[in-house]
Amino acid sequence: MTWVAFTTLILATLRAATPLLLAALGGIFSERSGVVNIALEGIMLAGAWGAVFFSYISGNAWVGLLGAILVGVIMAGLHAVASIKYHADQVVSGTAINLLATGFTEFMLNRVWGQAGGSPSVAAIPNIGPLNLFVYLAFGLAIVSWVALYRTPWGLRLRSVGEHPLAADTLGINVAKMRYAGVLLSGVMGGLAGASLSIGLLSRFVHGMSAGKGFIALAAVIFGNWNPLGAVGATLLFGASDSLGTLFQTLGIEGIPTQFFNMTPYVLTMLALAGFVGKSVAPAADGVPYKKAN
Amino acid sequence: MPKESRFVESLKGGLRAISTPVLATIVGLLVGMVCIVVAGKDPVKAAEAFVRAVAGEPRMFGETLVSTIPLIFTGLAVAFAYRCGLFNIGVEGQYLMAQIAAVLVGVYWTPPAGLTWLHPLLTLAAAALAGALWAGIVGVLKAYRGIHEVINSIMLNYVGLFMADWLLKYYLRPDNSRAASYDLQESAWLSQGLIEGSRLHTGLWIALGAAVVVWFILFKTTLGYEIRAVGTSPGAAEYGGISVARSIILAMAISGALSGLAGGVQTMAINHRFNETSSFVNYGFDGIAVALVGRLHPAGVVLAALLFGALDRSGPMMQAMADVPKAVIWIVQGSVIFFVAAEGLWDFLKKRRAKKEVKTA
Repeated sequence: MTWVAFTTLILATLRAATPLLLAALGGIFSERSGVVNIALEGIMLAGAWGAVFFSYISGNAWVGLLGAILVGVIMAGLHAVASIKYHADQVVSGTAINLLATGFTEFMLNRVWGQAGGSPSVAAIPNIGPLNLFVYLAFGLAIVSWVALYRTPWGLRLRSVGEHPLAADTLGINVAKMRYAGVLLSGVMGGLAGASLSIGLLSRFVHGMSAGKGFIALAAVIFGNWNPLGAVGATLLFGASDSLGTLFQTLGIEGIPTQFFNMTPYVLTMLALAGFVGKSVAPAADGVPYKKAN
Repeated sequence: MPKESRFVESLKGGLRAISTPVLATIVGLLVGMVCIVVAGKDPVKAAEAFVRAVAGEPRMFGETLVSTIPLIFTGLAVAFAYRCGLFNIGVEGQYLMAQIAAVLVGVYWTPPAGLTWLHPLLTLAAAALAGALWAGIVGVLKAYRGIHEVINSIMLNYVGLFMADWLLKYYLRPDNSRAASYDLQESAWLSQGLIEGSRLHTGLWIALGAAVVVWFILFKTTLGYEIRAVGTSPGAAEYGGISVARSIILAMAISGALSGLAGGVQTMAINHRFNETSSFVNYGFDGIAVALVGRLHPAGVVLAALLFGALDRSGPMMQAMADVPKAVIWIVQGSVIFFVAAEGLWDFLKKRRAKKEVKTA
């Protein structure tokens, strides 16, 4: 492999890993607090739209960034209210939000720009060196998230309501409040993940642009054992399998169908869960609604 | 107790059971109406377009049923697994693998003379088997490794998407210029034209038959009893001598077989080939909505499938006649699922009514 091809591969891997990592961090906060979040896909899509919308009306990419967070938090808020306040089945609620996000973004595409398929170009977040600012942001936030979860009392409380809400409640921790925090943070991160696609990698919104990345991020959460640093490893691996496929194609290496590279993240995750590659254990109360006794 | 009041009692029970889905549907449609008004379109015109698209003429109604058929299968698939406490979000992948299996038997196997009637049967069986196996993997991993079925279902959806793409591009098509597999031999087709001018096909009878079979298995057999017992309380079921692992694997496999029938019937009756795709058809995700709105009961699933089939069908017509963006349909569907899921939301209504009843009594 030539030096140039190698550098290209590394950069492509980092770029591909960025949206996955941001969304995965969101997933970790939510699931560590005990709320399964398959709505990441929809939050990401809505965030991608929000970024472009706010960048479009303000002409400022940074306002777009804040807009993505706002829209992400609103979507996550729906999921939070349904699953924490009304004890909804979290997977069903997540499914609903994914559908709503598809409908909402397509509807607004039509309303705001009067066109289907995609938005016009807007101001985007700049590159620093060869990489977009989002790349640095994602890896920086991974470290911050790890510190917050494992080195602060707040992180201990968040993890405790995901492991044993009853015990946490007995110790005077407000389970619902911590869970709202976890899910809303997944909205912040998911919104940023969406923004990294629409005003990071590109400078416009394209219909359905999350394209299953929210679900790969979910796989990265599990493959990375619900740990931010694990998620860094998982998303780099997934990013590499993505960019390796492209690299092999451009180098003209044939024989390995690209579909095999596409499948790799999912197969690896299944193997990891089955205990063949490492071991991953979910928070004990992940997905279980908590009803406070009166 | 006199007979009449027992009848009234069961009627009341039935009404209570359907009150949430009916409320959710009404609210979902209202949300859709609001979107239409916000979009500056005429809701009356939209409603008119909806009715015309769904049942304006016999052939239109036939096409509505064409949209309904796959949703009956996928709704039944989700409902069946749900009865065992399993969330089968992997219908999309099972559907894809079933289509590939249908192509394998429908294209490459030529029945000997006199046995052509076997062709559709075997093609359908292959599709059901492929779906059952794809879902069975999830069941086995859940039963013996305790891995949550949702994660593996999602993973297998994507593995299935890429595997189907690989098989199509490397083996199942004559050349690269064709974005679909070879055509199924005509002996493997299901006949269309139940209503003249529409593509309504005999798959309708298979779908309704499947609903009856699912009802029978769930409520009239030991297997169904065991599956429901595991769904209600795995611990108690195990204690009562039911093999939880066996129930989980069978429930997933049967659920997958139902998704497989969806793929098989659609391939044999409508597409007649496997079309290249880079995304899911969404029958699986719609199936979740159908199962929930149908209250996990086969009869409810058939009715809910009709509702969602009508919504799917009306999208293009509402766009053409009333200029309503088709995204509104997704918003309606998403809202209906959301409001069914967040059942607790309706408690305040029910509580208020309960209070009233107490007062009047």
